Amino acid sequence: MYNFTYHRASGLRQATNLLGKLDEAKLLAGGQTLLPTMKQRLAAPANLVDLNKVEGLSGIELQGRALVIGAMTRHAEVASSPVVQQAIPALAHLAGLIGDPAVRHMGTLGGSVANNDPNADYPAACLALAATIITTKRKLIADEFFTGLFETALMPDEIVVKVSFPLPKKAAYEKFRNPASRYALVGVFVAKRPSEIRVAVTGAGTSGVFRVPAFEEALKKRFSPKALDGLGVPADGMSSDIHGGAEYRAHLVGVMAKRAVAAAME
Amino acid sequence: MSATGIGAAVRRKEDYRFITGKGQYTDDISRPGQTHIHFLRSPHAHAKITSIDTASAKTMPGVLAVLTGADLAGDKIGNLICGWMIHSKDGTPMKMAPHPAIAHGKACYAGDPVAVVIAETLGQARDAAEKIEVDYEVLPAVVDPAKTQEAGAPQIHEVAPQNTIFQWHLGEAAAVDAAFASAKHVTKLDIVNNRLVPNAMEPRAAIGEYDSGTQNFTLWNTTQNPHVARLVIAAFVGMAPEHKLRVIAPDVGGGFGSKIFIYPEEVVCLWASKKVGRPVKWVCERAEAFLADAHGRDHVTHAELAFGEGGKMTALRAKTIANLGAYMSTFSSSIPTYLYATLLSGQYDLPAIYCEVDAVYTNTVPVDAYRGAGRPEATFVVERLVEVAARELHMDPVELRRKNFVKSFPHQTPVIMNYDVGDYDASMRKAMEIADVNGFAARRREAEKRGKLRGLGYSTYIEACGIAPSQAVGSLGAGVGLWESAEVRVNPTGSVEVLTGSHSHGQGHETTFAQLVSERLGIPIENVSIVHGDTDKVQFGMGTYGSRSGAVGMSAIVKALEKVEAKAKKVASHLMEAAESDIVFKDGQFTVAGTDKSAAWADVALHAYIAHKFTGAQLEPGLKEGAFYDPTNFTFPAGCHICEVEIDPETGSTTIVGWTAVDDFGTIINPMIVEGQVHGGIAQGVGQALMENAVYDKDGQLMSGSFMDYSMPRAENLPPLKIDTTVTPCPGNPLGIKGCGEAGAIAAPAAVINAITDAIRTENLAMPATAPAVWAAVRAAAPALAAE
Ligand SMILES: Cc1cc2nc3c(=O)[nH]c(=O)nc-3n(C[C@H](O)[C@H](O)[C@H](O)COP(=O)(O)OP(=O)(O)OC[C@H]3O[C@@H](n4cnc5c(N)ncnc54)[C@H](O)[C@@H]3O)c2cc1C
Repeated sequence: MYNFTYHRASGLRQATNLLGKLDEAKLLAGGQTLLPTMKQRLAAPANLVDLNKVEGLSGIELQGRALVIGAMTRHAEVASSPVVQQAIPALAHLAGLIGDPAVRHMGTLGGSVANNDPNADYPAACLALAATIITTKRKLIADEFFTGLFETALMPDEIVVKVSFPLPKKAAYEKFRNPASRYALVGVFVAKRPSEIRVAVTGAGTSGVFRVPAFEEALKKRFSPKALDGLGVPADGMSSDIHGGAEYRAHLVGVMAKRAVAAAME
Repeated sequence: MSATGIGAAVRRKEDYRFITGKGQYTDDISRPGQTHIHFLRSPHAHAKITSIDTASAKTMPGVLAVLTGADLAGDKIGNLICGWMIHSKDGTPMKMAPHPAIAHGKACYAGDPVAVVIAETLGQARDAAEKIEVDYEVLPAVVDPAKTQEAGAPQIHEVAPQNTIFQWHLGEAAAVDAAFASAKHVTKLDIVNNRLVPNAMEPRAAIGEYDSGTQNFTLWNTTQNPHVARLVIAAFVGMAPEHKLRVIAPDVGGGFGSKIFIYPEEVVCLWASKKVGRPVKWVCERAEAFLADAHGRDHVTHAELAFGEGGKMTALRAKTIANLGAYMSTFSSSIPTYLYATLLSGQYDLPAIYCEVDAVYTNTVPVDAYRGAGRPEATFVVERLVEVAARELHMDPVELRRKNFVKSFPHQTPVIMNYDVGDYDASMRKAMEIADVNGFAARRREAEKRGKLRGLGYSTYIEACGIAPSQAVGSLGAGVGLWESAEVRVNPTGSVEVLTGSHSHGQGHETTFAQLVSERLGIPIENVSIVHGDTDKVQFGMGTYGSRSGAVGMSAIVKALEKVEAKAKKVASHLMEAAESDIVFKDGQFTVAGTDKSAAWADVALHAYIAHKFTGAQLEPGLKEGAFYDPTNFTFPAGCHICEVEIDPETGSTTIVGWTAVDDFGTIINPMIVEGQVHGGIAQGVGQALMENAVYDKDGQLMSGSFMDYSMPRAENLPPLKIDTTVTPCPGNPLGIKGCGEAGAIAAPAAVINAITDAIRTENLAMPATAPAVWAAVRAAAPALAAE
């Protein structure tokens, strides 16, 4: 790790000011991605602005027809929250599948969506549930927020404050783990919303989380695993690495999508 | 059996300090004035080092020295060596290339050290290392053992044309050819034994310290064999004469072979400590360990098994290419030769065997012993061949094995080994009962209803342990003898210290060795302490690997205890004024036969030291005896593992749903510790079979270079393990011990792959059987499945 200056922000405005004013400043949330890369000297921010003591960034609340979760809410809190388990059980299930207990007790929702790792789980939930990411500057719908591999629409001094998940009628997440890292090799989140069906895929695509319109249309006609028979995604555009080739990932997208639909129907 | 004697499941004495965080590992030790060293490693797998500019690094804050391979050569520090000579078929000696502790002129793998920085803090050392300018001329690299001998492949070392270290063979080619010529059936397999990264819980570490007053060096080091490290560093590297070098192995957190070897880092720490005049500490980082620890396995093999009438095995032949990496590590040459081909007879009465092994250099991390070392590779070849043959011959794999088992002992195999004792059918029968093999067909049908494929696989393995008879290994090229030593020191109050030349890095010697002493001397186990891991305390010793500590190390203790008892009887005879021949020693009491006279162990110990009851002319005072024990043969643990798997054909995921292990380890000292050893071994074997894999890209970069990409087995990958034993005591050593440390890792891979291939009905599956690999195999085999 290189030397850096640590700043503990006590409020969002202060954090925003520090981000704007300081050179090479980065926010520190759960540190589960940032700190390992700093330890390996792959990232070298001159300044770290710690969000952990900022008031009001953490918490889970049902607001009308939406579940609103603060950016600093840990994965373990989401996984074990009776409110989440009641409102969107698939989301609690997803949070419980992230990493290992240590990671889940530190890692945060805000850090995960801001990082937009192509193998992370939350981006699939955000996209499938048509979540809104609320920042210090604006509200962004998930479709606009995630822009590519480790890329988001966030501006340098913009902070994720909370994420609002409209309640679906039915939803489920099926994850096929990378056996080494436990991130998603392929994860498929299926949500039956009042107006539409959404199928979002993480882990598989070369440009990050994506939706599968063909699956969505078929499921709209008939919400059943059988509706996906014969449908698939092309291997083209799937990523390929030592843990699985593009063809395998493309195949898993179909398998996990069917399983997610079946789970959502239970 | 007493509550703490041989056979008792005594809780581990050492665990109190480990569980309460009081273990003392190398990294826990801080020496006054200690400095820190960082190794700058080559990012290229194969490159000429055209220049190294250390000038600006030397001016960085806190830097004490920046050293290169040129400095090492300038100080005439010798190369690292491989200590086991193998000769090729044509009689030429193996081609051992120079292995300097810091690369000089050329880097031969990604991770090869090219320079070091010694600084006040580790951060300063790392900062300065970034200022070292190394100019590389990148050369083409070769990583695939099957391609490295090709004409036109990059040439790694001048001494080894075609990157070939040796072309060795064992067995009778003519007899084997004849048997194949008249065979009724031949089973053929191409096998890749995947490369593994050891990953002991505690990373390697070293502290070198030089005392300019006495000119003595001390090395604290994560080593499995401190005396061997001292010998090599003194006699070959030439750091200091043996009596001027002390090697201390404090608590060591796992080794699995990877801590046997003498590595560049400890040599450099010692050398640098003299250069900077202060202790120098190195602690390997986890990611660094992927490049700094010797890897395991990495064989490419073609094997064939010939059968005569009725499934009788007549001959086996194998051709193996063994990847030894960029340099020959300490024992690397022995692993794919005498620890491999000598086990190709398995548990079977095989009249003829012929094995050829080419050992090759590639631009990869050096490869050496890893839990099982050669024997897992051999078992995989034999047990896969047998299982596949049974399927091809439409025979029950159990019947085929039973028909060919060695049934009378001793049994001389065609590949050196002389099996002393065993009952292979007994282990198999017991395992089949526990695994409920009879109920398998019903379980398979039930799984099919759920869309799952279920398979059952056997592995009836054998291993050669208790390494090893010195004369025998000497005749095969070993540079050392493989006896073990012990010293039993009885204190005046009767408590006992046992100094052993074997070394515990997780095996539990402090408990099992104390159990032996407790039983023999009839004293409480608390009154016994085991001392190991310090060349200044312990007489010479050969360390721990090859499941040798029980069979060889404890046998040395038995010998020393016998001497102690004999001496104590002499003392007791003076104490009780009786003839020595009338003294009986039992349960910690000395009695005079036919009388009611008795003396307790502690009384006799005291009198040995106060020496009031005898004169110096009659008896030497004191009660301390040493012994060296050299085994007369290897030991042959064997057994039967049965693995049951369920496969999700849609994803290719394998779930191990059942595991039964019935092992014959001979006499068992502590069943709880043995069970733990079997558990760990199976987990490692399952890791190799299902997920572990060191993958290089064609340029020689390790793709699976961290836990993000290198999959370790987890608890969830294993079902509850059903472990049992059968016992045929080893006739070759006083306690009847065979050894248990490696069995699981040796048996498991074949059991897993046999089970998976049984489930998916195709043999075309390499390790690791990852989900995508199984999925692809299922798809390729789909027609066969559909036809059923
Ligand atoms: C071993 C391991 C296994 C893991 N497995 C999984 C897995 O299976 N699935 C999965 O989805 N994830 C996994 N993760 C990732 C982890 O769960 C976290 O979600 C992730 O590390 C980011 O969250 P964090 O709070 O740790 O963010 P940090 O590491 O603190 O920050 C990550 C990035 O986001 C920025 N950031 C943080 N908070 C905000 C904010 N509020 N607004 C704007 N920018 C912000 C930071 O500046 C930084 O650039 C794993 C991590 C580890 C170490």
